[in-house]
Amino acid sequence: MPSKLTIVVVEEDRDRAIAIVDALRDHGDDGVHVIGDTSGLARKIAALQPDIVLIDIDHPTRDVMEELTLASGPLERPIAMFVSGAGSGLAKAAIEAGVSAYVVDGLQPDRLKPVMDAAIARFQIMRQMRIELDETRRALEDRKVIDRAKGLLMKAKQVDEQAAYAILRKAAMDQGKRVADVAQSLVTAAGLLR
Amino acid sequence: MKTTSISVAYMPLVDAAPLIVGQEMGFAEAEGLDLELIPAPSWSSVRDMLAFGRVDVAHLLSVVPVAMALGLGGVTNAMSAVSVLSVNGNVIGVSRGLEAKLRALGHPFDFADARAAGTALAKVAQGGLTIGVPFPFSMHVELLHVWRASTPLATVPLEIRTVPPPMMAQALASGEIDAFCVGEPWGSVSVENGDGALLLPGRAIWSFAPEKVLATRADWAETEPHLVGRLMRTVWRAGRWLADPSSRTAAAELLSRPRWLDVPAEVVDRALTGELAISQGGEIRDVPGFLEFHQGAANFPWRSQGKWIASRLAHRMGLDPQEAARAASGVFRSDLYRSALEGTGADMPGASEKLEGALRHPTAVASERGEMILERNVFFDGRIFDPSA
Repeated sequence: MPSKLTIVVVEEDRDRAIAIVDALRDHGDDGVHVIGDTSGLARKIAALQPDIVLIDIDHPTRDVMEELTLASGPLERPIAMFVSGAGSGLAKAAIEAGVSAYVVDGLQPDRLKPVMDAAIARFQIMRQMRIELDETRRALEDRKVIDRAKGLLMKAKQVDEQAAYAILRKAAMDQGKRVADVAQSLVTAAGLLR
Repeated sequence: MKTTSISVAYMPLVDAAPLIVGQEMGFAEAEGLDLELIPAPSWSSVRDMLAFGRVDVAHLLSVVPVAMALGLGGVTNAMSAVSVLSVNGNVIGVSRGLEAKLRALGHPFDFADARAAGTALAKVAQGGLTIGVPFPFSMHVELLHVWRASTPLATVPLEIRTVPPPMMAQALASGEIDAFCVGEPWGSVSVENGDGALLLPGRAIWSFAPEKVLATRADWAETEPHLVGRLMRTVWRAGRWLADPSSRTAAAELLSRPRWLDVPAEVVDRALTGELAISQGGEIRDVPGFLEFHQGAANFPWRSQGKWIASRLAHRMGLDPQEAARAASGVFRSDLYRSALEGTGADMPGASEKLEGALRHPTAVASERGEMILERNVFFDGRIFDPSA
């Protein structure tokens, strides 16, 4: 039975962190730690002496992790990016799922694989959810701005809601733009003229 | 011409302008290209997207492809720098606390004299200095080391710490760092927020420092020479447009859009015109050539630039200098640049290497069209780098 791994997950969002921890625990009883506050990241990671650090690829503090891979002394240098050692197929899969992993020099690739598989699966789900959330939010924003533009048109042209929307839609078609973009221009222009 | 779509990773910075303008102003379209510009949250992310094939081209720190060739950092796939996208454009800034001490000392904040600024800063920071930079492999780090080596700062314990640019102002405000070296608009943003004052532009240390490059995977550059060529011409034309003073208002408006940098046009304008507000009091300093996209054959990827970077990295990381120079010699692709830009009217020097730091004044040199003018190229301490030494 190999000794337990110490895994650090850098993730600010508490719910997401819990989901990742659960996914990693399902595969084995490794020690999983979450760093939620990324100030002083290097110090916190050094204190935990992890075997693997997992970080969201879209997080800007990833560049701080890169710095850690360059520390000179063996004790100061806890991590090297795994892709330099393990197969690049794993690296590509990880990048597409939105996870980046840093491992201690000397960790066996066969021990890394199951951890990475669990992390990749979890990050893929999270990435998908985030994309959907963004799309929903954008649709909601569009809705709001279209409603405001309709309101402006109804008032200015003394027409009903349906006619106002028809005007927007025609302008959008004529200009080859999205209805929401035309609405945004109208709202912006109205703001300037006020 | 059939339009080909190319994915390009970039960091949202003012010096990504040649790619953004290339797409928005139709220079890409004229070459039959459609640039799918993908913003990245970090430089490691840009590098990985390029190295693992998520994108074919990237706006990249000039030092990164050389570091990769030397086997430094986690990812070491072979990269080519096919054009320089921008020269200069960094600023060094200090916290409000250090600003007050420097003013008490009578430092004039002339934003020009690197030696005087280094001497003054060393006096007020005897306990040690922590300086934030965007990435461990960057011109920011190299400039700081050049600056430090020839000023009393050499006696001050210095820690260089990686801080993502959007967090730089916050790190300065919270005292996590005492100073920074960063690209625009982030220096100006920290001035706007009232967290710091600007001490020096990067060009006060090296007046012609290649800052960002157009990078591709070395194998992609070999297998897709025509696409790379079309891209190189796109950014060259975009750079020429950007260098025209009459384009600046439009460029600032364009870059300031939420889709691109999402900062006020007035802040973007400072980097483009070289008129920087260095403190919250609104002191303006005029820096000609603050950020160069075109003048003086700015886009030409000199092999000597790649070698200078390699020699600095070798020195700092304890590598064999000769071996490093050899490994890095093919990263800056002046050969591809020559063949791609032929016939565009681009300035093309006769040589592909030069002494870095040896031009005290703008100088006419031999070129294919007769004569071309190279801009002033000096280090503040007068050092000269000979690439063949």
